[in-house]
Amino acid sequence: MTLRATVAELVREFRASGRIVIVGASLAGLRAAETLREEGFTGSLTIIGDEPYEPYDRPPLSKQVLKGWVPADHTKLPRMRDVDADWRLGVAAVGLDRATKQVRLANGEQVPYDRLLIATGTRARQWPNPDEAALQGVHTIRSRDDAAQLQKELAEPPSRVVVIGAGFIGSEVASVCRELDLPVTVVERGSAPLVGALGGVIGEIAAQLQRDHGVDLRCGLGVSSLEGDSGGHVRRAHLSDGSAVDADVVVASLGSIRNVEWLEGSGLAAGFWGVGCDAGGRAFDINGVVTDSVFVAGDVARAPHVLYEYQFLAMEHWDNAVLGAQAAAHNMVNLEPHYRPHLLLPGFWSGQFGVNIKSVGVPPFGDEIVFTQGSVEERHFAAAYGRRGRIVAAVAFDHGKWLEYYGRLIERSGPFPPPPPGWDHPPDTKPVPAEFPDPRVPTAVPDVVLTGHAPSERTAAFRPRRH
Amino acid sequence: MRIVVDLNRCQGYAQCVYLAHEVFRLNGQEALTYEPNPDDERRLQVERAAAACPVQAIALDRVDGTERGEAS
Amino acid sequence: MAEETPWQQALRSANRANPYPFYEELRKTPVARQPDGTYVVSTYREIVTLLHDPRVSSDPRKCAALAATRTENPEQPAAEPIREALTEPNIITCDPPEHDRDRRAMMPHFAGPADAPHLISDLEPDIRRLVDGLLDDMRGKTRIDAVDDFAYPLPVTVICKVLGVPLEDEPRFHHWIETALDALDFGPEAASEEIQSRLAGGRQAVQDFGRFAADLLDRYAGRPGPGMLSALVNEDGTEGRMSKGVLVSNALLLIFAGHETTVNLIAHSVLTLLRHPDALEELRRRPELIVPAVEELLRFESSVQFWHTRSALEDIDIAGTTIPKGAPIFLVYGSANRDPQRFTDPDTLDFERPDNQHLGFSQGIHFCFGAPLARLEVQVAVAEFVRRVENPRLVEDPPPYRHNQIFRGPRHVLVDIDGIRD
Repeated sequence: MTLRATVAELVREFRASGRIVIVGASLAGLRAAETLREEGFTGSLTIIGDEPYEPYDRPPLSKQVLKGWVPADHTKLPRMRDVDADWRLGVAAVGLDRATKQVRLANGEQVPYDRLLIATGTRARQWPNPDEAALQGVHTIRSRDDAAQLQKELAEPPSRVVVIGAGFIGSEVASVCRELDLPVTVVERGSAPLVGALGGVIGEIAAQLQRDHGVDLRCGLGVSSLEGDSGGHVRRAHLSDGSAVDADVVVASLGSIRNVEWLEGSGLAAGFWGVGCDAGGRAFDINGVVTDSVFVAGDVARAPHVLYEYQFLAMEHWDNAVLGAQAAAHNMVNLEPHYRPHLLLPGFWSGQFGVNIKSVGVPPFGDEIVFTQGSVEERHFAAAYGRRGRIVAAVAFDHGKWLEYYGRLIERSGPFPPPPPGWDHPPDTKPVPAEFPDPRVPTAVPDVVLTGHAPSERTAAFRPRRH
Repeated sequence: MRIVVDLNRCQGYAQCVYLAHEVFRLNGQEALTYEPNPDDERRLQVERAAAACPVQAIALDRVDGTERGEAS
Repeated sequence: MAEETPWQQALRSANRANPYPFYEELRKTPVARQPDGTYVVSTYREIVTLLHDPRVSSDPRKCAALAATRTENPEQPAAEPIREALTEPNIITCDPPEHDRDRRAMMPHFAGPADAPHLISDLEPDIRRLVDGLLDDMRGKTRIDAVDDFAYPLPVTVICKVLGVPLEDEPRFHHWIETALDALDFGPEAASEEIQSRLAGGRQAVQDFGRFAADLLDRYAGRPGPGMLSALVNEDGTEGRMSKGVLVSNALLLIFAGHETTVNLIAHSVLTLLRHPDALEELRRRPELIVPAVEELLRFESSVQFWHTRSALEDIDIAGTTIPKGAPIFLVYGSANRDPQRFTDPDTLDFERPDNQHLGFSQGIHFCFGAPLARLEVQVAVAEFVRRVENPRLVEDPPPYRHNQIFRGPRHVLVDIDGIRD
């Protein structure tokens, strides 16, 4: 038997009777499982998830679910095919032993694997003071249960809602509050909403949008403490300028934390920004050596991206979960030269205050912005971000049909400012500084982040002050 | 039934809204929201909506929901 | 005389029934400059790219070559009696921000209020009744014309109801539309005596049609009646009211495009099914396939074969070519929908084609305004035709085609039948 035949035989045998374990039973985990079966994997497949629920979709939680239109349990993801898996739901993975190839579960069980996919995603950053975080009425929003509980309280209705942090989720929560005609105060440490993701120029437009919809927006301020009543229910938020806001619902929207703690001691390049992997989803160990049996996908993955100087890119984006999972799953049951890269042009959307905000590329990679189409006044426009004469990202407010034009320019590293449109010019078409905050300013971490060049880089970590 | 819309692909053509407004709604001019698990009786409407999407952003379940062993 | 380009050949009336071999040739040069300076784009990827390129205008007034009338410039690439007779743009011939504002103003009157746009789906029972009636009328006949007896009466009745145009005016506007369409030619036959002799008549027809629409709008002004035209002339939406000229231009567009393209789609659907007995049988056995089937029929025989009012406002680099600033751009949807780079086996009719993202209704901001209504009409009409007509047989193949190249469709589709089921 030739060597080539032996390798082919190995692949065939693995596909027929190998053991694959997927840790993470959300969007990425599900789509990976479907792809594995689609690719002809007939071995044993185990899917481990810490939530007791089958895979569900998260974007609706901060929108139609909070609004009360769609029940939280109506978010179950459609199935593209049967995956015939051993589902281990409601039990978290707590450890990984790469030497014996076993995943340790919270109930003490060990699950052996031949190949492992890490898709553990992120969780919401909790309000840092545990006593205050435990007050009734204090929420974060990431899971189905979070959304169901918060929706119930919004329906009461509360006298006022305080949202801490005006990133995308915080802004969407504030938008739902206004749609429900609830008084809402938004407190944001940065200069404006969405500054971390889209910069200060767009942030100013988002700020005006919020104010026009009746949001009491307080920027450049933090919440220093939450005050409860004798019954243990939150009643007031104290702000860093000494003022206070009475409220009986508080939503802490402080960004997310990557679920990597269970990988402690595994020797993988896991850290604040997630698990380092190559563009094919193969995990790196802490020495920057690529592994053969461990793969990563979704929010918890960070991989080098050709368009962004091969820096490791971490993306908490919906299509990153889907397409990253599909690429990783394909590579789990194939060998070189049949590996497939996952080189997604990042894309993002957020519906808030009746406006569809979409972006392509990595806005914070840019340092300048130029308005290219439409009217800022009518909040119906497109703008491009540039860095050193190249276009690196674009954002659109209710201008989604034009975004693929900018996407194509970004893919080709087109010029910045981009060729101007032939009509509907904004009054001012000069590039201006995009005004991204200094990375040390503790505003919401954007959903797409360039995290440096080293597989195990941790230096970019921002550690919030603890009380 | 279950559906999911790839809102990165969605460009706000609203064809789904005109064909199945109980399931798909616009928030403003372009921001689409929808009921991810509509009643089965809406299936024809939803299939029409999915077929009509100019960017094919609406995915419908191809197999029935939950598998053996999945809690819910 | 120079040899004709594939595009010119595709436009010859002799090739109307089957332009596809010429499109195949055309796609070898995705962006092909024509002798008259027009750039013809025939491949899927390039068309989608240009549909989303803000340096492309849809407004012929912004392009000297398109804006010139034939009287001013006999060498003008496209004699356009329809446009020449209209002084104001409509939503298909203008750019943002006017386009966005006018389309936003019109849509609620067509689809219904933003929070529950139910008007189109509400029409389904009416559409079913009309289709039933047309099929009932075929009882006792052994030969029908799928155009005159079926494909035409449904959409024209529906659009009259939707817009509030009296159905008794149908013969008049039908005549104007036919006259104008027959005078429109973008190909080598445009210079022929026959077409030249039709131009004046075509212009006159559009003017008469415009006066008809203006009178109708005047009648509704201050005296609201049923339908969309009355709403447009009487109700101030958030976007304000459109000017009279723009209203008339859009009214013409709605009346014309609101049925003409649907007629061609139904006619082509019947024709295509009769040419593909297996597909017809499949649809009979699995009626639920009608939804994807109509998408495939939209791809297979596009009702709008190309569009002709676009131009480049800057130099545009695409597919190894530069479309120079000022050049007219024709996007050939009918060819893109048969592009093998995008659709596997594009000349095969496949109702279960995955990822059928066709350009039958275009894409981008000019995506067909009436698409949801057209889909509903064609789904009901074709499904009922398949279900009720016994043993339909095509009498002549190919059938005679209408002259127009953009709105391509058979003039008649004669079908022999054994009867009509209940």
